[in-house]
Amino acid sequence: MRIGAIAGITFKEAKRDRVLYLLFFFAALGILASRVLAILTVGDRLKIIKDVGLASIAVFGVLMAILIGTGLVYKEIDKKTIFTLLAKPIRRAEFILGKFLGLVLTLFVMTAAMTAIFLAIVFAHTLEVEGALLVAVAYIFLELVLVTAVAVLFSSFSTPILSSLFALAFYLIGHLSWGLKLILAKMAPGPGRALVRALYTVLPDLENFNFKTEVVHGLPIPPGIYLPSLLYGLCYTAFILGLAILIFRRRDFI
Amino acid sequence: MPPPGGQSPSAVNPAMRIRAREITFAVDFGPAFLKIEAMADAIRIRDLRKDFRLGFVPRTHKILKGITFSVREGEIFGYLGPNGAGKTTTIKCLLDLIRPDAGTIEIFGLSHFAPRSREPLGFLPENPYFYDYLTAREFLAFTADLFGLGRTERDGRIARLLALVGLERAADLPLRKYSRGMLQRAGLAQSLVNDPKLVILDEPLGGLDPLGRKEIRDIIVRFKEEGRTVFFTSHILQDIEMICDRVAIIVGGRIVKEGALRDLVSERVLFTEAVVAGLPPEAFAGIGESVSAQGDRVLIRILDEAKVDEALDLVLRRRGRLLSLSPRTETLEDIFVETVTRT
Repeated sequence: MRIGAIAGITFKEAKRDRVLYLLFFFAALGILASRVLAILTVGDRLKIIKDVGLASIAVFGVLMAILIGTGLVYKEIDKKTIFTLLAKPIRRAEFILGKFLGLVLTLFVMTAAMTAIFLAIVFAHTLEVEGALLVAVAYIFLELVLVTAVAVLFSSFSTPILSSLFALAFYLIGHLSWGLKLILAKMAPGPGRALVRALYTVLPDLENFNFKTEVVHGLPIPPGIYLPSLLYGLCYTAFILGLAILIFRRRDFI
Repeated sequence: MPPPGGQSPSAVNPAMRIRAREITFAVDFGPAFLKIEAMADAIRIRDLRKDFRLGFVPRTHKILKGITFSVREGEIFGYLGPNGAGKTTTIKCLLDLIRPDAGTIEIFGLSHFAPRSREPLGFLPENPYFYDYLTAREFLAFTADLFGLGRTERDGRIARLLALVGLERAADLPLRKYSRGMLQRAGLAQSLVNDPKLVILDEPLGGLDPLGRKEIRDIIVRFKEEGRTVFFTSHILQDIEMICDRVAIIVGGRIVKEGALRDLVSERVLFTEAVVAGLPPEAFAGIGESVSAQGDRVLIRILDEAKVDEALDLVLRRRGRLLSLSPRTETLEDIFVETVTRT
């Protein structure tokens, strides 16, 4: 109930953020532009539409999560609205979870809106709805949920600018860390390999949520990959939120 | 264990009640059993300490150096102190916004760390910090949701609170369009959403005009009449003097004076002021000192009470006119200034 109330107010606040609409505008523009790009391209036009469309949803969704998420907790502290809020019988964990869920709800609405435009463009081209596209979007959304948790984590102890940089770094590392997996395969056993393995375990691997290539090119996706990816996303999000709560619980609000 | 006959402890009409400082023993001789009912203070703070490490090269600043005091149920308690004395830090510790380094805080017998301890509590911060894009009605609804009030109860209570603080007509305006006084009232309304037994107000009279101050003062007095406990800080000592039952003065992170106002402020006359017309100031040499003279009026301050009659005789003898004569007793401000200066 209390988490719901905080999530509701966070959704209301995020909804008022102009950055959200600006990013949505560019995302919609990107998706619409995919049709123009397709016309200018030699080859499979549909692939271009799908590729650019999914990439737009992913990139602008992440920007929304980072730019709004990193200010969420910080603004409450900076504007001192947190004094009135935490003076009520709520736990600090409830505050963090409420903020997180409020932004997740905002991102859900935005992703749904971007997806609707994207599916309409694809439908205009193929005159059919492809379920596989929704799978790709669902895992993009799962990635957004994780990035939101990261943004809330940094927001609980840092300024929005630094938090944005940290969260962006997390996102980039997350999409490059699969390289470590390749290195691991070629390394001989020893301390160096153990170190790289430890690094790969700790660093996020956001490629677990990337089904864009398979969906765009119509490649088969092994059914056994869905559940581990989902669990990986949920566990990593829970871990990051736990960390955020731990840090936030120790904070003094001077 | 319920008493024989199924009566609840609160329904028992005690034949004898012995009130100690913090514990009430209710002894019922009727059904021949003895009951001990614990009655906690509204707030009990013991040896509260807090240091902050501030600056680029962090240095330790001792803000609270062992604060101990209690606020009894049903009283209006004033917490005074100069700027930086530690008043707001104490309140923030009380609300668990700041974690103390040492000491204990209990709210109605519960540790302040338990979120449940904040259920019977309403808080108005020093400056009204609210979500400025919400209307007062929306903000109160949000606050009510945090306490889990049902929709019908919530709407009824919001309407009553808006009427109490006089914001019915502005209820659907965003808070960013409110004046400071209106925000203060909206803040007061949100602090009452849960019908609290204890209201904590941090500088509720600051920045208000005399009319606004009177309104808030009246509301605080009404809280007491309704049986609520009020704990508040203020710089405006006259207001505190008017409405408080007990006060504590904090200076440099320590409580230097605490007690009932009537015990702290003595009835002793500090000096008597007389306004006399038709006589020169020099005429009062040896009786009192002339503070000011305007036209043929002279303000004389007589420090020795025995010399007041002498001054009156002089005025009669030399056919002057006595315009006013007012003995000045000790005020809270005198005590505050003396205490802070001495400390």
